[in-house]
Amino acid sequence: MQKSNPIVLSSLVKTFPNGLVALDGVNLEIQEGEIFALLGPNGAGKTTLINIICGLSTKTSGDVKVDGLDIERHFREVRQLIGLVPQELYTDMFETVWDTVCFSRGLFGLPKDSPLVEKILNDLSLWSKRQEIMKNLSGGMKRRVLIAKALAHEPRILFLDEPTAGVDVELRQDMWELIRSYKKQKVTIILTTHFIDEAETLADRVGVINQGKLILVEDKISLMTKLGKKTLVIYLEERINKTANVISRFNLDVKNDGLELEYTFDENEEGTAISDLIRALAAEGIHFKTLETKKSSLEEIFLDLVVKKK
Amino acid sequence: MKRFNYVGLLAIYKFELSRFKRTFWQSLVTPIITTMLFLLVFGNAIGERVGGISGVSYAAFIIPGLIMLTILNESLSNSSFGIYMPKFNGTIYEILSAPLSPYEIALGYVGAAASKSILLGLLILCTAIFFIDIPIQHPFLMFAFLIYISFVFSMIGFIIGIVSKSFDQLQFVPLLIITPLTFLGGAFYSIDMLPEIWRTATLLNPIIYIISTFRWSFLGVSPVSIYVSLGVITVIFLLSLTLIVIIFRTGYRVKT
Ligand SMILES: Nc1ncnc2c1ncn2[C@@H]1O[C@H](COP(=O)(O)OP(=O)(O)OP(=O)(O)O)[C@@H](O)[C@H]1O
Ligand SMILES: [Mg+2]
Repeated sequence: MQKSNPIVLSSLVKTFPNGLVALDGVNLEIQEGEIFALLGPNGAGKTTLINIICGLSTKTSGDVKVDGLDIERHFREVRQLIGLVPQELYTDMFETVWDTVCFSRGLFGLPKDSPLVEKILNDLSLWSKRQEIMKNLSGGMKRRVLIAKALAHEPRILFLDEPTAGVDVELRQDMWELIRSYKKQKVTIILTTHFIDEAETLADRVGVINQGKLILVEDKISLMTKLGKKTLVIYLEERINKTANVISRFNLDVKNDGLELEYTFDENEEGTAISDLIRALAAEGIHFKTLETKKSSLEEIFLDLVVKKK
Repeated sequence: MKRFNYVGLLAIYKFELSRFKRTFWQSLVTPIITTMLFLLVFGNAIGERVGGISGVSYAAFIIPGLIMLTILNESLSNSSFGIYMPKFNGTIYEILSAPLSPYEIALGYVGAAASKSILLGLLILCTAIFFIDIPIQHPFLMFAFLIYISFVFSMIGFIIGIVSKSFDQLQFVPLLIITPLTFLGGAFYSIDMLPEIWRTATLLNPIIYIISTFRWSFLGVSPVSIYVSLGVITVIFLLSLTLIVIIFRTGYRVKT
């Protein structure tokens, strides 16, 4: 039997009792060992998606498989594989760091393993805080404890719901290092974030979700190629005839009812395309007011996608 | 399918017990002191005038009632609080995402609350025996009833904790239903002492059967048939169990 992807979602729908459709037919396959970044504005459905896979929320329809197993019928096997770091800092205020991490391991039916917990706490720079109660920890430390709890049963799939929300710059770098180190240990990681640069630095693939719909899933490399692209915007004096030769020759986008032309080119490529284009415009008697070049960032692609949908 | 996750169940159980340990004073000493006060006031001050009931002193008569008063309330509040807390502070995410079936989760909370009640009941009993001469006709059955009743009410508490949306609702059933019913259910008197019409009315109160059963294990006599009483308790048990099953089947107020 061919090994199935760690997570496969098919036509996943979640409608809350109040009628709100939080997930609207999501299809997604997460690949073994990858870091997948799920981007989307507030209320897009990121947490809902994670909650369904992790058993905190029930799906309305569709299919969720983890390692080829149905998450409801095989909930024990499935949950054993998954570690979850929630978005909110949910903690038992009076538990010590050590106890709360050991408790997590126990919930997963595993025997006590002090050396492992010690290693996890050390990796997260929490060792010196092990006897501290949760109430006395800062927000960033609490987040790290939640990560430690999620790792205590050595999951193969790790969900990080906004791991760097409310975290300072330095800790953010640490967090990134940490996430990379888990990837090296062959852990499949799904993280959500609002920070585009986070997705850019960490992820192998990026998904964009908006209003419950997954509107883009792409390899980061190919997104980066898009990032390497620049757009030249030509503002015309008069509306262009849509059949003008230059449009098809340079593969131009006609915008603003024929008053703007957009030409996308690769900034890394040298060449004379732009001067050729300008000469061609002049030759066809098309006059322009001004020119502008734009660099399309992932942020823009993202905003473009999200705004277009609205 | 993997087997029963008893390690996970035990983790919840131990977590709950350590929560009790942290609040040792409130959770064990307070009910004991309260019971002693009841004994002092009702047993001595009033007991002198009442004289004996069912062949024992009034103070001895009310001890099983006092134990039940505490057990019922403690079982309800500990168990309901136990499951309400993680819902309230969000830490339930961890329990729901663990490879635990709902029944293992329920058993962890109910078992811990019941254990604490049983311990409390025995402590109250030991303290009472120290001051008052009380017969225990059926010690093993007494212990068995203590376990059974603690369990049943911890199950009810679990249900309350799951359906409650606020701390006030959590307190509602113990304070406004169980405590009055316990007082009216013969904790401090034998229903045989009531006029016929009130006696009949009292038989509608399920708590009367619980207290009668427990008191029977001490005194060997009961105003209602012990079998009927056990039947009523078992009906309550089965009803609670059914409710818990329904709650889990529908994911009601646990999962979003
Ligand atoms: N229990 C609930 N009942 C009703 N609606 C809910 C519930 N939980 C979430 N929602 C709604 O579902 C939608 C998706 O919420 P979700 O938490 O998945 O968004 P998100 O992408 O994680 O947002 P954020 O970036 O703010 O964390 C939102 O409109 C939210 O209001
Ligand atoms: Mg979210």
